[in-house]
Amino acid sequence: MGAPDLPVYRGRMADLQISEARFAAYTHPERLVSTDWLAAQLDGGNPEGVVVLESDEDVLLYDTGHIPGSLKLDWHQDLNDQLTRDYVDGEQFAKVMSARGVGRDTPVVIYGDKNNWWAAYALWVMTLFGHEDVRLLDGGRAKWIEEGRPLTKEVPTPAPAEYPVVERNDAPIRAFKDEVLAHLGQQLVDVRSPGEYSGELLHMPDYPQEGAMRGGHIPGAKSVPWARAANEDGTFKSRPELEAIYLEEQGLKPSEPTVAYCRIGERSSHTWFVLTHLLGFDDVRNYDGSWTEWGNAVRVPVER
Amino acid sequence: MPAVETADLPKALAEIAQDFVELSVPERLQLLLEFSEELPQLPSRYADAPEKMEQVHECQSPVFLVVEVDEASSSDPAKRVVSLFFSAPQEAPTTRGFAGILREGLDQLTVEEVLAVPEDAPYRFGLAEAVSPLRLRGMVGMLGRIKRQAALKSTV
Repeated sequence: MGAPDLPVYRGRMADLQISEARFAAYTHPERLVSTDWLAAQLDGGNPEGVVVLESDEDVLLYDTGHIPGSLKLDWHQDLNDQLTRDYVDGEQFAKVMSARGVGRDTPVVIYGDKNNWWAAYALWVMTLFGHEDVRLLDGGRAKWIEEGRPLTKEVPTPAPAEYPVVERNDAPIRAFKDEVLAHLGQQLVDVRSPGEYSGELLHMPDYPQEGAMRGGHIPGAKSVPWARAANEDGTFKSRPELEAIYLEEQGLKPSEPTVAYCRIGERSSHTWFVLTHLLGFDDVRNYDGSWTEWGNAVRVPVER
Repeated sequence: MPAVETADLPKALAEIAQDFVELSVPERLQLLLEFSEELPQLPSRYADAPEKMEQVHECQSPVFLVVEVDEASSSDPAKRVVSLFFSAPQEAPTTRGFAGILREGLDQLTVEEVLAVPEDAPYRFGLAEAVSPLRLRGMVGMLGRIKRQAALKSTV
């Protein structure tokens, strides 16, 4: 089966109900579900047949307790190829989905720790494969727990689903180094911490293991640390608040091609989600090579 | 059964390594979770004074450790007994599991035994396949800091 036609966000998703009124101002409100909505789904016998996946930074966090019925999706073990620095191929992705009872049309809700940082990454990778109906639980794991909702250690054993082998379609939402070089002079968003952007730090604070030979940022990139898009409780900021940051303060234009990057493309998946689904930017690509590639590449331009 | 070199590990750590490698990969995660759950609480002398502990910056979560060397245990600094204390958040079970392994494997050894632990010991548990090699670097950082504190605190 070939790659799906573009854009990938049409069709059934657009007809879905908005799970909560406060999402209505976003361009694609159907990409978010609230904790209330999910709890009601699960209590009501899951009429929509949603599969809930947890994607965390910590590979064991799911095992300490998770949303009843949810399954683990680990960014490193399930979504990354173990040999090449790349994502899994269509065959492996089909296995990962099938084992979780996810078919091509299954609605998937992803949630995770740290403001849904890794959940957004998993959503972005699922989008590379054109899985249409994939949404985030607004507020993620922290909000679910904060609200005193149930957790369980019981791991479900879903019946395997049929998932087709679909080739990844990277071009619309993923940028590679040469494409970023060709993109210089256009909109770039650096979502790392201020210290990483300025070049003072060669790694993320408290993550010194993924360093780079050079510090700084890609020339012309705007600095918008990814977590600015999140509220204290892990939910996304409202549309007016997001517009104040990305459009007014940074002067980014939704109609112009945009590339977001961080260190390995995980934090920038979160920003990709914000720009694409919440603010309706037309063309956003995530540069997953990010600073661990750019800051180590020979003779690429660096700005401080 | 995957081969694992344990001859140069202290006895308790070698046993833990053997336990891990004999398990399937999903079972290794469960065992790591058990170590995470069994990590002892800090005694009040550290719980109330976190500034006495050293942060392990190699970890992706706020992890702190402190090494005590019991001067009364031997007149020979190399033979003195080492105690280990860790603090890591419940939301970081992988990191807590690493701390739990090191505590169970190294606590109450002598300074010279701790210093003799090979730097690559964290790679002997078959965990690279289970949690990814990137995540294991946090455990390497913990071990390095334990050895450094043990060396510093045993020089007169």
